[in-house]
Amino acid sequence: MSRLVVASIGPASSVQDGGRHGAQRYGLTVSGAMDRLSLAAANTLVGNEPFAAAIEIGPFGASFTARDGAVRVAISGAPRNADVAGSPVAMDTSVTLKDGETLTLGFARGGAFTYLAIEGAIKGEKVFGSLAVNARAGLGSPYPRPLQAGDEFDVDAASGAPELRIQLPKPATGPIRVLLGPQDDEFDEANKALFLNSEWKISATSDRMGYRLEGPAIKHLHGHNIVSDGTVNGSIQVPGNGAPIALMMDRGTSGGYPKIATVITADIGRLAQTSAGTAFRFKAVSMAEAQDEARKFAQAIRSLPDRLRASDIVALNIEALSDANVAGYAVSAVDAGTWQVTAEP
Amino acid sequence: MAATLPPPRLLPSGDSAVTVEFSRTIDDDANQRVLALDKALAASSIDGITETVPTYRSLLVHYDPDKIGFDALGEKILPIATRPLPPVTKARRWRIPVAYGGEHGIDLEDVAKTLGTTPDDIVARHSGGDYKVAMIGFTPGWSYLSGLDKFLHMSRRQSPRVLTPAGTISIGGVQAGIQCLAAPSGWHLLGRTPVRTYQLHRNPTFLTEPGDRVTFYAIDHKTFEDMDRAAEAGEIVAEQVDA
Repeated sequence: MSRLVVASIGPASSVQDGGRHGAQRYGLTVSGAMDRLSLAAANTLVGNEPFAAAIEIGPFGASFTARDGAVRVAISGAPRNADVAGSPVAMDTSVTLKDGETLTLGFARGGAFTYLAIEGAIKGEKVFGSLAVNARAGLGSPYPRPLQAGDEFDVDAASGAPELRIQLPKPATGPIRVLLGPQDDEFDEANKALFLNSEWKISATSDRMGYRLEGPAIKHLHGHNIVSDGTVNGSIQVPGNGAPIALMMDRGTSGGYPKIATVITADIGRLAQTSAGTAFRFKAVSMAEAQDEARKFAQAIRSLPDRLRASDIVALNIEALSDANVAGYAVSAVDAGTWQVTAEP
Repeated sequence: MAATLPPPRLLPSGDSAVTVEFSRTIDDDANQRVLALDKALAASSIDGITETVPTYRSLLVHYDPDKIGFDALGEKILPIATRPLPPVTKARRWRIPVAYGGEHGIDLEDVAKTLGTTPDDIVARHSGGDYKVAMIGFTPGWSYLSGLDKFLHMSRRQSPRVLTPAGTISIGGVQAGIQCLAAPSGWHLLGRTPVRTYQLHRNPTFLTEPGDRVTFYAIDHKTFEDMDRAAEAGEIVAEQVDA
């Protein structure tokens, strides 16, 4: 057994996995990773099941130290500078920390959540099939709360497997796609159009429960109270003040505000990774398109193992660039995406 | 063959869930249909349904669009949802102890004043009620009850409280509630129960189910302390009787 010690970490960082399913009927929400594709990519890199428990790191920096042996980890999600003892580590790659070595991650450079998966996965006591932290319900293992410096995980000793990178599918761009409903009939055509045609920003007061949207006030047809009914990840409810809230993974399981639309499954991670203050729009799609995208999204996760590549080409390139003291190296090192593309065989 | 019931509305809740809506208002008949459909779907073998969430007036059905599409699922749900209701079967009934008033029910006096009666009358009316768990939601174990005495119907507080204690027994609008965890609330707090409707390392983790019947009885504050300790240690402390 090795240990991975949290040397430093910012707020909004916690253990998350595929979520806790089957108890929403008792008021227990699903929790789980805000960006499932990135969680799955990080896990795939170190040979774990796609939705195994990993560390979801919020927008601030973090560092992790291997103790009592080597630990193999991988990072995916919101891009950031990362290094081990001064050697840069690319996003979407695995890396083995020798005993005593520290992986240091900078602030997210766009997006919010980066996933650190550990070979062999995080171990703990599952409740309703999940280790995900749900602080309000006192759930999550091994720590039922956001992570703090000094927390540590008992993990498998590194296997010594060759390091890998993962060539992720090109992320979708453009508007966040929604399906109107279930209560779009609580809004007139003008207000539905206002919702779909306006520019929105995510408020800085957003969290894993919900993303508050800043933009024009959306007016209800019959007032803002409906009899509570069930919510899903991505439900966009409109409370009395007209400022919509997109419900995220720690949402209440039921809610009493009309829900104008629902973010499609394939775009929830994209919404989760939209930084506070960045302008974006919504676009209504048909049920057929939304379900087609949901199936493609599920397929993309299933096919992640086919997207693994040996990462030594990347490492060689960095060394070559570094040795040659190429001016572009610094820029390339900051933008992981740039030099991954050039490293494609 | 008995006539079928009017069909519910099938409202898309994104690409992986459908809200099967029987009514737009709180309506006991609609809630019965919700709970009947919930049971029927659990007993059915519709491939792709992953989880169901009953509420007052609708059943939220989560499904996997990889296994079944929206239209195909709707075609399977509708005939089940329009079946005549099965005869009412025996429900579980919970007798829930409540320490009313004082520090445990800080709104009891105000509720009595607002409704022009005495705190004792409020306690008699609240504990005399025969309730049904219409839904569980918001936070783990938060049981929303139908069957509140009409005399006790009153609008919620103007400004919700940021934090109300675990075990709070409260009323809001036409509803009564059993709250398990400390949480914000705009309801009127009548008392507290030592009963945990949700407790992690207890079997069962969740005590109440939608459809269960509930009655309350008053206990003094000393008894509350004793039962609270027992409950903390994992005892259920609610009495279960057959309805």
